[in-house]
Amino acid sequence: MFKVKVYVTLRESVLDPQGKAVTHSLHSLNFPEVSDVRIGKYMELTVEKSERNLDEVINEICSKLLANPVIEDYRYEVEECVPQ
Amino acid sequence: MKFAVIVFPGSNCDIDMYHAIKDELGEQVEYVWHDTESLDEFDGILLPGGFSYGDYLRTGAIARFSKVMKAVVKAAEAGKPILGVCNGFQILLEVGLLPGAMRRNESLSFICKPVDLKVVNNQSMFSTAYKQGEIISIPVAHGEGNYYCDEETLSQLKANNQIVFTYQDNPNGSLEDIAGIINEKGNVLGMMPHPERAVDTLLGGADGLKLFQSIVRSWREANVVKA
Repeated sequence: MFKVKVYVTLRESVLDPQGKAVTHSLHSLNFPEVSDVRIGKYMELTVEKSERNLDEVINEICSKLLANPVIEDYRYEVEECVPQ
Repeated sequence: MKFAVIVFPGSNCDIDMYHAIKDELGEQVEYVWHDTESLDEFDGILLPGGFSYGDYLRTGAIARFSKVMKAVVKAAEAGKPILGVCNGFQILLEVGLLPGAMRRNESLSFICKPVDLKVVNNQSMFSTAYKQGEIISIPVAHGEGNYYCDEETLSQLKANNQIVFTYQDNPNGSLEDIAGIINEKGNVLGMMPHPERAVDTLLGGADGLKLFQSIVRSWREANVVKA
């Protein structure tokens, strides 16, 4: 069994209105050193072992549903879990 | 002409759409649930606004995998008119019938008010009843209507005259003030403003009615043999 951690972020070329608002808020809280905030999504998938290649499966899941390739990028990390 | 109003879990403008077609336009219309597999009996498909599947993940992202969407794609390929309003537009973007994507409104606020639109293409099957350059008032109601596409797509939209409506005073940050676009073939329109909420002067204005009249007019010209 695997735990797959998926991070979906807006592409760099795409303006992030939420990130911009948070940046402004941090500046008003006296954190001028923060120059930019980008807001994304974090998802954890529990995936059973199967005959299919895990990377292929995860890439397909991400590009089909979890991320919109028009405006978003994704990356993921895989951890193998040992059942208790 | 017989229209289908597609209903997803979370659609909430389906009744307005039904009312606009049946009572104001005077054409046939039926509600069609999202797990329907065939739309063969319908001449036009309407995807209403709302919050399909609670907008989970992204607006329209889950609705686009509904059974009925395969039939919508098939109807689009067959050249039938498809109109997606608000959440319906977002679903058409997710399923790839229209190019681009939606971001959160620039202001991060949900915007609900009448806005002025300019008809920048009155040659589409959705806009022939308007004058070129006509300014019309149609309500918007959305939190994610900030249209985005890359530069290449934008130049294609312009070259093919696919931008049908633009905002006079951009409420959401949309690229190039885009409010509504058609596909290359011209039979799929997506727009954030709600024409179905502007079909009766008693309820604030009837500028949206001409959009539906345009659809019927072009359908009649193509399908009804003159006696």
